[in-house]
Amino acid sequence: MNNSPYTLKPASVQSVMLRVLLALLPGIGAYVWFFGAAILVQIALASLTALAAEAAMLALRGKPLRPFLGDGSALVTAWLIALTFPSIAPWWLTVLGTLLAIVVAKHLYGGLGQNPFNPAMVAFALMIVAYPLLMSQWPKVGATDFAVQWDAIFGNRQLLDAMTMATPLDALRTVLRDPEQRAMIGGILGGKATFGNVGGRGWEWIAAGYFLGGLYLLQQRIITWHLPVAFLAVLCAVSGAFALFDPERFAGPGFQLFTGGAMLAAFFIITDPVSGTTTPKGKLIFAAGAALLTWIIRSFGAYPDGIAFAVLLMNIAAPLIDMYTQPPVFGHKGKQEDSR
Amino acid sequence: MIAKLFSFKGGVKPASHKDESATAPIRVAPLPSRLIIPLRQSARAMARCLVQPGQAVLKGEVIAAAEGPMCTTVHAPTSGIVRAIEPQPVPHPSGLPAPSIVIDPDGLERWIEKQPFDYLAASARQTRDYLRDCGVVGLGGAGFPSHVKLGPGEKGIETLILNGAECEPWITCDDRLMRERADMILAGAAMMRHITGARRILVGIEDNKPQAVAAMRDAARGLGDSAIEVIVVPTRYPAGGEKQLIRVLTGIEIPYGKLGTHFGVQCFNVGSAHAIYRAIAHGEPLISRVVTLSGNMAHPGNFEALIGTPISDLLPLAEPRADTDRYLTGGPMMGVGLQRLDTPVTKGTNCILAGSPALFPPPPPEMPCIRCGECAKVCPAELQPFELYWFSRAKIFGKAQEYSLFDCIECGCCSYVCPSRIPLVDYFRFAKGEIWAREKEKAAADLARERYEFRLAREEREKAEKAAKLAAKTAAGREKAAAAIAVAEKPATSPEEDAKKALIAAALERARAQKEQAHPENVTDLTPEQQAEIAAIEGRRAEIREMAKPHLRQDD
Repeated sequence: MNNSPYTLKPASVQSVMLRVLLALLPGIGAYVWFFGAAILVQIALASLTALAAEAAMLALRGKPLRPFLGDGSALVTAWLIALTFPSIAPWWLTVLGTLLAIVVAKHLYGGLGQNPFNPAMVAFALMIVAYPLLMSQWPKVGATDFAVQWDAIFGNRQLLDAMTMATPLDALRTVLRDPEQRAMIGGILGGKATFGNVGGRGWEWIAAGYFLGGLYLLQQRIITWHLPVAFLAVLCAVSGAFALFDPERFAGPGFQLFTGGAMLAAFFIITDPVSGTTTPKGKLIFAAGAALLTWIIRSFGAYPDGIAFAVLLMNIAAPLIDMYTQPPVFGHKGKQEDSR
Repeated sequence: MIAKLFSFKGGVKPASHKDESATAPIRVAPLPSRLIIPLRQSARAMARCLVQPGQAVLKGEVIAAAEGPMCTTVHAPTSGIVRAIEPQPVPHPSGLPAPSIVIDPDGLERWIEKQPFDYLAASARQTRDYLRDCGVVGLGGAGFPSHVKLGPGEKGIETLILNGAECEPWITCDDRLMRERADMILAGAAMMRHITGARRILVGIEDNKPQAVAAMRDAARGLGDSAIEVIVVPTRYPAGGEKQLIRVLTGIEIPYGKLGTHFGVQCFNVGSAHAIYRAIAHGEPLISRVVTLSGNMAHPGNFEALIGTPISDLLPLAEPRADTDRYLTGGPMMGVGLQRLDTPVTKGTNCILAGSPALFPPPPPEMPCIRCGECAKVCPAELQPFELYWFSRAKIFGKAQEYSLFDCIECGCCSYVCPSRIPLVDYFRFAKGEIWAREKEKAAADLARERYEFRLAREEREKAEKAAKLAAKTAAGREKAAAAIAVAEKPATSPEEDAKKALIAAALERARAQKEQAHPENVTDLTPEQQAEIAAIEGRRAEIREMAKPHLRQDD
């Protein structure tokens, strides 16, 4: 016989994870619209790999398959990997990244709920260190020929040059590295071909899709406002301050927020509760730290987008942040409290 | 009349299921074939039996006397013959039998001579003693003696709160009582105000009981007493938790380890106010209460049952359905599963709930915690339940206490929302029980060590004295007097002996210092309520340990 409470709210890990997947759909839709259906192939590849790896690891660890395989957490990791990797990356890159995420970053640390690092970010960080070139071949806006993309993913990468293009972040970095072009940053950022209206052609709409999904997660109370608001606000503030200070060297907040993985990170990546912080104050610190590190790596680092490294670095600090930001409990808030 | 409402953090909104049992008026339950009256009526204290088997008793006659400050007098719920004084099963999670008086009713319901109590002429102290002798305890469930709660405490009571929130799903006994006997409840409240010298009375009722609110407001208007306010509070479990209701009505947060009186407020269940009215105005001791029968029953409702009525005698009144697989006392959020049905209705029995697999399905398998923080969002004590879960599960009890384990009120909100279906409250009950057990063991060990050290010291002293005496005897010879004195003094002051004594003294000192230091937080300065809680936890501990074992065995 079990104990009270005898009545439970209908809730499950599965329903949480499925709603996260649902929230990713607007962003994915925009992705397909601007960059072709290759992303769907990558999502399928990552999902299948993740489920297979999850099943194998569960079997090895002697855990029941059905509840864990059905919880949807592996799918969330898989989709985030697919969305952060280039959509025309060779198939084995996605598969390898997913395997590393599920086997190493998740199950070797104890499985669901135990991983200290965000598995998708571990996959991204490992792959960009190991295969920097493959990880920076991004599709061109409008180059949506599915047959060519399919070829690129499954072996024939000869036509690749015609269909790739630097991401806005890459383009910006190249410009900034070249002293002669530096003075023109204002003009370049205004160049609609790459940079679109705010954060890069196509990319800004994907970011808007993620933002929409993020609002849904907020409405569903799956995430709280602390993480996305602090992340976006700090990224906005620091990039805004530096753009004001030296507009020739630093891109402004509109660009920073709507390019790269900023929006995805704000609502879907740093909000992973397992590897992140959980207290309200802790969430603000965690997100602020991630935003600051992202901006620093984007502006001064060797890699185009700093989100993966920023998140992993903050993951390390998460337990400590949680420990020092425990909120006061009922009745122990005022100064009159003496017994604690 | 419009008071500013405060709010408590957290809480959940389970389906209320009040309509099932709230529509029909309170009915008087028929006289059962026998009554089982436990001698332990309030949380900790056991009353002293005053009757013999075979003795005839009248309705309302004292059958056991109160002993100690936390005890209340026990009365015969009806007239009849005392059949036995023996251990009987009681509705306690431990399932252990407790000493009880069994009475065979004679069906005549012959009362003792009822004497109203002139509380206006009596001192507060006398009135409190009278209430103790009428067996009045809190009817909200915990059964805390009302005469203790009505005491002045440190600062006296300025605000008296009547708890009519009744936030647990299914239960409607307070709702019906407020609808039908609002004037008696408020009359009781006025008497309590007189005893305590409180300035105002706030009645808190959840907004899902509009009829009760209307009835209580009518009654308050009838009294023409502007110091009584009936306040509607939002329906959100556990709004009827004592600390939560005090917070909502006054904004005061009473921390763990403190009593309402520290802050000048005290909270009573509306049923307790009704019982106090009956005791003072009619001279009727507390021998019956309203019990909700609901859940998987064909005719749910509220019944006024004598204390001691076997639950099995009560159930047919509401006709449990065929697929009923269990019974609970209390509501689904904090209720306790009944292990047997021949246990009696006690003063704390507010509800008997019939459960079925459809109504209370078995919980799905436990998944790992994903730290989603849902539990922290709903915790009315504003704890971080998932952190406490890790510590409890890993048996890091010191850390659990550091994260305020004992502030947990076991309301069940965290388990209710957990998407991983972790029975969080079970873990917390387990951890609390383990901590109390360790405390007890440590206290016992300390005592044993102290005794042992004391014995060692005494033996040393005796040895030294003996030696001194012996030396004195041998020193009888005059010529050797000087030498003898030297011998006599020597053993007592020899360096060897001194070192030993110093060692013992140091050990004693060390032990004392250790004991002082090692006493953890949360277990010092126990109030009577806490001691009662300890007792309750002790009772549950063994069972919970058993229950927690399968969870803890999972190696993850």
